[in-house]
Amino acid sequence: MSEGIKKFMFVNTKAPYGTVYALESLEVVLISAAFDQSVSLVFCDDGIFQIANNQNTEASGMKNFSPAYKALGDYDINKIYVETESLEERGLTLDNIMALTYEDEDDDWAEKSSIIPITRAELADLMDEQDVVISS
Amino acid sequence: MAMLHTVNKSPFERNSLSSCLTKSKEGSTILLIEDAVVGALKGTVVADKLNAAVANKNVCVLGSDLNTRGFTEADIIDGIKIVDYAGFVDLVAEHSNVQSWL
Repeated sequence: MSEGIKKFMFVNTKAPYGTVYALESLEVVLISAAFDQSVSLVFCDDGIFQIANNQNTEASGMKNFSPAYKALGDYDINKIYVETESLEERGLTLDNIMALTYEDEDDDWAEKSSIIPITRAELADLMDEQDVVISS
Repeated sequence: MAMLHTVNKSPFERNSLSSCLTKSKEGSTILLIEDAVVGALKGTVVADKLNAAVANKNVCVLGSDLNTRGFTEADIIDGIKIVDYAGFVDLVAEHSNVQSWL
């Protein structure tokens, strides 16, 4: 890894809408992408609800910010880890998660999934490797 | 008249739903709103508690908050009713008192 680039990991643990943590974290992530750092995202615990499929805010009148996660690939953020135990505890599978993708410049811009399933134990190791971990 | 209990915190993060379930009487109504709506989902670690509750309590979930989080009637435990905002108002009017579990 080249000089000056740090490994940033944003760990999202809160459900969206009930509190402002999810939206605030997303905004910080998008800002950080402008600084050419190595950025990865984690969704665990209730954070997995942030990237749940089919969010529909028509009846509640709230702002549906879930489509913004689909832009992460365009910001070169393509390591999005989803903790499998968190899904299981909530009766969910990867089918309930939005299809977040990126275009791989090293592979003729092929569209690839950014979603990486990860276990709780693997996540602990991954966090240990980071320069900066920002949790919300 | 029975009590209306509202719960607004995720059961995976706080203990308020479990606390409500153990301290509400038979025949009372429990309405899941805001981040608590995910407690109504099938197959979760709290599903057994909700399945037990629907046997003798009126368990409801606010449909708009459920849809906001990406879920619909097909995703929730059988016996839990979906109410809209007007239904929420009716529940408040029909019950003698409201207890908010925060």
